[in-house]
Amino acid sequence: MLSLITFLPLAGVAAILAVREFAGSRSAERDDAARWMALATTTAVFLLSVILVIRFNPASSAFQFTENANWFEGLHYRMGVDGISVLFVLLTAFLMPICILASWRSITTRVVEYMIAFLILETLVIGVFCALDIIVFYLFFEGQLIPMFLIIGIWGGANRVYAAFKFFLYTLLGSVVMLAAILGMIGIAHTSSIPALMAYHFNPGLQIWLWLAFFASFAVKLPMWPVHTWLPDAHVEAPTAGSVILAGILLKMGGYGFLRFSLTMFPSASVHFTPLIFALSVIAVIYTSLVAFRQTDFKKLIAYSSVAHMGFVTLGIFSGNVLGEQGALFQMLSHGVISGALFLCVGVVYDRMHTREIALYGGLVNRMPLYAAVFMLFTMGNVGLPGTSGFVGEILSLTGTYAASTWSALLATTGVILSALYALTLYRRVIFGEIANPALAAIGDLERREAAIFAPLILATLALGLQPGLVFHITQASAEHLVAVFHAGAGR
Amino acid sequence: MTPQLIVTLLVLAPLVGAAVAGLAGRRIGDTASMAVTTGLLFFSCLLGWLTFSQVVGGHWPASFTVRLAPFIDVGAFRSEWSVRVDSLSAVMMVVVTTVSALVHLYSWGYMAEDPHKPRFFAYLSLFSFFMLALVTAADFMQLFFGWEGVGLASYLLIGFWYKKPSANDAAIKAFIVNRVGDFGFALGIMTVFWSFGTIRFAEIFPQVGAHAAMTWSFAGHAWGLMDLACVLLFIGAMGKSAQFLLHTWLPDAMEGPTPVSALIHAATMVTAGVYMVCLLSPMYDYAPAARAFVTIIGATTALFAATVGLAQNDIKRVIAYSTCSQLGYMFFGAGVGAYPAAMFHLFTHAFFKALLFLGAGAVITAMHHEQDMRAMGGLWKRIPVTYAVMVIGTLSITGVGLPHLDLGLSGFYSKDALINAAWTASHASASAMFAFIVGIIAAGLTSYYSWRLIFMTFHGHPKWEGHGSHGDHGAHALEPHEAPRVMLGPLLVLAVGAVAAGGLYATRFIGSGQAGFWRAAIVTGAAERTPPEWVLWAPLTVTALGFAAAWWFYIRREGLAAAIAARRGPVWSFLYHKWYFDEIYHAVFVRGAEVLGDLFWKVGDKRLIDGLGPDGVSAASYAVGRATGRLQTGYVYHYAFVMLLGVAGLLSFALWTFGR
Repeated sequence: MLSLITFLPLAGVAAILAVREFAGSRSAERDDAARWMALATTTAVFLLSVILVIRFNPASSAFQFTENANWFEGLHYRMGVDGISVLFVLLTAFLMPICILASWRSITTRVVEYMIAFLILETLVIGVFCALDIIVFYLFFEGQLIPMFLIIGIWGGANRVYAAFKFFLYTLLGSVVMLAAILGMIGIAHTSSIPALMAYHFNPGLQIWLWLAFFASFAVKLPMWPVHTWLPDAHVEAPTAGSVILAGILLKMGGYGFLRFSLTMFPSASVHFTPLIFALSVIAVIYTSLVAFRQTDFKKLIAYSSVAHMGFVTLGIFSGNVLGEQGALFQMLSHGVISGALFLCVGVVYDRMHTREIALYGGLVNRMPLYAAVFMLFTMGNVGLPGTSGFVGEILSLTGTYAASTWSALLATTGVILSALYALTLYRRVIFGEIANPALAAIGDLERREAAIFAPLILATLALGLQPGLVFHITQASAEHLVAVFHAGAGR
Repeated sequence: MTPQLIVTLLVLAPLVGAAVAGLAGRRIGDTASMAVTTGLLFFSCLLGWLTFSQVVGGHWPASFTVRLAPFIDVGAFRSEWSVRVDSLSAVMMVVVTTVSALVHLYSWGYMAEDPHKPRFFAYLSLFSFFMLALVTAADFMQLFFGWEGVGLASYLLIGFWYKKPSANDAAIKAFIVNRVGDFGFALGIMTVFWSFGTIRFAEIFPQVGAHAAMTWSFAGHAWGLMDLACVLLFIGAMGKSAQFLLHTWLPDAMEGPTPVSALIHAATMVTAGVYMVCLLSPMYDYAPAARAFVTIIGATTALFAATVGLAQNDIKRVIAYSTCSQLGYMFFGAGVGAYPAAMFHLFTHAFFKALLFLGAGAVITAMHHEQDMRAMGGLWKRIPVTYAVMVIGTLSITGVGLPHLDLGLSGFYSKDALINAAWTASHASASAMFAFIVGIIAAGLTSYYSWRLIFMTFHGHPKWEGHGSHGDHGAHALEPHEAPRVMLGPLLVLAVGAVAAGGLYATRFIGSGQAGFWRAAIVTGAAERTPPEWVLWAPLTVTALGFAAAWWFYIRREGLAAAIAARRGPVWSFLYHKWYFDEIYHAVFVRGAEVLGDLFWKVGDKRLIDGLGPDGVSAASYAVGRATGRLQTGYVYHYAFVMLLGVAGLLSFALWTFGR
C-alpha cells in the first residue's frame, strides 16, 4: 500500500514520457496530455491515501502498513506509518492535485518537464514520511532537494538562480552534517532501522552531538531563526505551486524530523537543548512577525509569516507534553493548508498583474468580491481565529508550552497580536480602498478553475477548525506514545 | 418543543440568516436577504424571551447544557459545542436578540440607500450568532470562539464602508487592540487549564474553593493562581469592553454604520467583558487582588471616559465615550462583588444606550450624514419624535429617579445600585472607596455631557439653516426630516425599555427576589448595608448639577462653550485630545513595530544573517557564474546533476563503510 502510494507518481512520469513520444512535435497537445496525466496521477494518489487513512487503526501507536525488503546486504527497504506521519502523507497527496491545477495556465514553458518534476517530488516527499529505514529516509529527504531546486531554478522568477542557490546552500550544509551523524549512528547501533534506532539508547554525551547534527538539518528545513533567510527568497522566486509545496509540505519535514528523530532517539539531549529551542522559537515568532509587517512584497510577507508560525510548532514539539505535541502536529497540518491557500491567493493576482508589489494593488474588493471573501477567510486562518484550523494548533502548542516554560508561552503569545498586525494590514492594502492603480480597472474575479482550487482548501480550513477531532482522533495514540518514550528516555 | 430544541434554534437561527444573506445574497436579492435575516432574528428574539421567562420563572431547570458536538478534545483539554442555559445566559440572550432584532429592523431604513445590503445584514446576523455562542458557552474554548468571532464581525462592520481609509484604519485598530486583550485572555485560559486540569465551567467552579490557595511560580515569584488567572482573563475583558488603556479602539469604531454602533459597540459585544467577569464570579470571588484591579480599572475608565466625553463634538463619539464610562461602572460593580448589580446595569444600559445610538442615527439621517454637533442645533421642532426618545434615553442614562419612592427610569435603579455597592464595600477596601468617589463624580459628568449633547443637537440656534451640511450636498438648503417609521418603531420599543426595564426588574435582578432569579448562576448576596441618606441623594444631586452646568453653557450662555474651546486651553486640549492616548500609542507601539520590523529585516536578516552567511559563501560561485557568461537555464540542470552525484557518492560511501 505505502509503496504503491509512494511510487505511483513515477508511473505517471512514465506515462507522460510515453505520451510525449507519441505526440511528437504537437506541443500544445503534448503539454495538455502532461497536465491531464499529472492531474490524474496525483488524484489517484490522493484517493489511495484517503483509503490509507481510513484503514489506519488510530487506537494503535505502532507502525502500520509496514513493508520490509532486503535490497542487498545491510540495506533494507523499510516503510510504515504511524499517527504522526500518516496525515502528512494525506496532506501531501491533498495538496499535489491542487498544485497541478494551480499550474494549469500559469506554466507554459517546458510543461512536460514541470509535471515530471512535480510527480517525482511527490514520490520523494511521501517517501520521507513513510520511510522506516534511516538510509531510505535520507535518500528521500535529500532527493527532494533536486526537483525543488529545479522548480525554483527553471520556472522561477527573475532572480531565481540566486534563490535556488541560497536554498541549495543552506539545505545542503544542513544535510551534510546530518549525513555524518546518520553514518555514525549506524556504525554504533549496527542498524539502520528507524524503530530499532528509536529503541536504542545512545549515551547522553554522544546524543548531544547527534542532536546538534540533526538540528542543523531540521532547523534549516523548518526553518528556524536565524537560518530562515533562504525561505523568503525561495518563495518569492518559486512559481505559485512551488511555494505551495514548499510552505505546505517541505517545511513540515523539519518538524516531522524533530518528532521522529530528535525527541525519541536523543531524548536527554532534547531536554538539554529545550531552552535553546524555546529561545529561537520565541525570537522567530516576534522577530519574523515584525519583519513580515514591514514587507512590501506580497509573497515575502506570507513567507515570513510562515516562519513565525513554525515558531509555534517548535515550541509545541519541545514542550514535552501531549498537548504541545498535538498542537504542533495540528499546527503543521493546518499551516500546510492555510499557507498553501495564501500562496495561491498571491498567485491569483500575480497571474493577472505579474507583480508582487503590494503598493500596486489596493481596492481589489471592488472588482473581485469573491476573491476578497476567500482571501479574508485564509487571512483569518493565518491570524488564528477560532473556528479556523489556524487557531487550534496555536492555542494547544502555547498551552503545552505554558507548562514547560511560562516565559516562552508569554512571549510567544504576543504572536497573536503581531499576526493580526501584519495580516490585516496586508489585507487592507491589497483589498480595501478605492482602485488606485488604473491597471487594475479591468481585473477579473476568480474563474471557475480557481474557485475549484480554493474550495477544498476552504473546506479543510473550516472542517479542521470546527472539528479538530478529525486529526486528534488519528494522532492521539501516537502522540501519547511519543511523549511516553521521550520521558522514559530522558529519565523524567 | 423541548427546551433543548428551543435554545438550539435560538442560537443557530442567526447563523442560518447570515449564511443565506452572505452566500446567496446576490442571487435572492436585497429584500429577500433583509427579510430572511430580520425574520430569523425576531424568531430568535421570541425564543429568547420564552427562554428567559421559563428559566428565571423557575419552570425550566436552573441550569442545563445542550451538547451539540465535540470541539477540541485532547486529553483533559476538552471542549464541546454546546448551549449552556442558566439565568445569566438567559439575560444575555434576551439582551442580544432583542437589540439585534430591533437593529436589523432599523437598518431597513438606515441602510436603505446602501448598495451592499445583503452583506450588511449577513454581518449583523453573523455577529448575533457569535454573540449567542459566546453567552451560551459551557467552556473556555467556545467562549473564546464567540469572543473572537464577535471581534471579527465587529472588524467587518467597522470597515463596512471599505472605501473610506478612516474606516479601514478603525477596523484594524479595533481588531488589534482586542487582540492585545486576547493575549491576556489566552494566557488566562492556559493558567486555568493548568490549575484545574479542565476548561469546562461546570468542572472548574466546584473546585475553586479547594484551589484558592494554589500558586504558580513565574519570574521568581509565587503568584496566587486565582488572582493570576483572573487578572489575565480580565485583560481580555479590558480589550473587549474598551476599558482604560485598551479603550482607544471604541471611539474610532464609530466609523461603522450607526446601527452597528448601537448593537455591537453599545448594547452587546462591549458588554461581553462584564458578562465574562460575572460568569466567572465563583473564581473572582476567591481573587481579591484581581477584584481590586478590576475595581480600579473600572472606576478609572468611568471617570476618564466621562471627562473625554465633555469635549467631543462628534455626536457618536460622545455616546461612545459614554459607553466606555458606563462599562467602567459595571466593572467596578463587579469588582466590589456586586455581580447582580453589574449585570442589571448591563441589562438596562442595553436599552438606553441602544436607544441613544439609534436616536443619534436618526439625527444623522435627518442631517444628511452630518455628525458634528456644532453644525446642528434647534432640531427638536423638525424631528420631535427623535427628540423625545433621545430625552428619554438621556433621563435614563443620567439615572433620574427618587431614592425613597423607588421610582425612576431604568438607569436610576442600576446605576445607583452600583454606587451603593461601592459605598457598601468601601469601608473594607480602598479600591471600593475610590470607585465610590469616582462613581459620584462621573455621574455628574455623565449628566453634563449627556445634556450637552441634547442641547447642542436639539436646542439653541440652528447652525444648518441657510447652507448645506457640508460641501457634498451642494447649494440646496438642508431640510432636516424625521426618520422613516421603520426606524422610529425600534426607537419607541427601546424607549419603553429605557423607561420601564429598571422598575420592572429591579426586585428580581438585585432586590429581594435575586436568589430566585439568578438561581445560583452567578455569585449573589454580597454584604448589604443600608447607605446613609447622603449616599442615596448624592447621585441625583450631582446629576442636577451636571444638568444645570450644561444648561448654563449651552442654553443660557450659548456660545460660551465654543469660545472656551476656541481658546484651546491646556485642560480643554487635554480632554479634546483624549488624554493624548492615541498620540502616545502611535509613537510607542505603531512606530515601535515599524522601526523594529525594519531593523530586524534590513539589518538583522539582510546585513547580518545573509551578509555573513550565504551571500558571503555564494558570492564566490556566483562570481564564477558571471565570469563565464550569463547564467543560462540549462546550467540549473548541471547543478542538479552535480547534487545528484554528490548524494549518490555520499551514500555509496556510507554503504561501503557501515553497510553491514
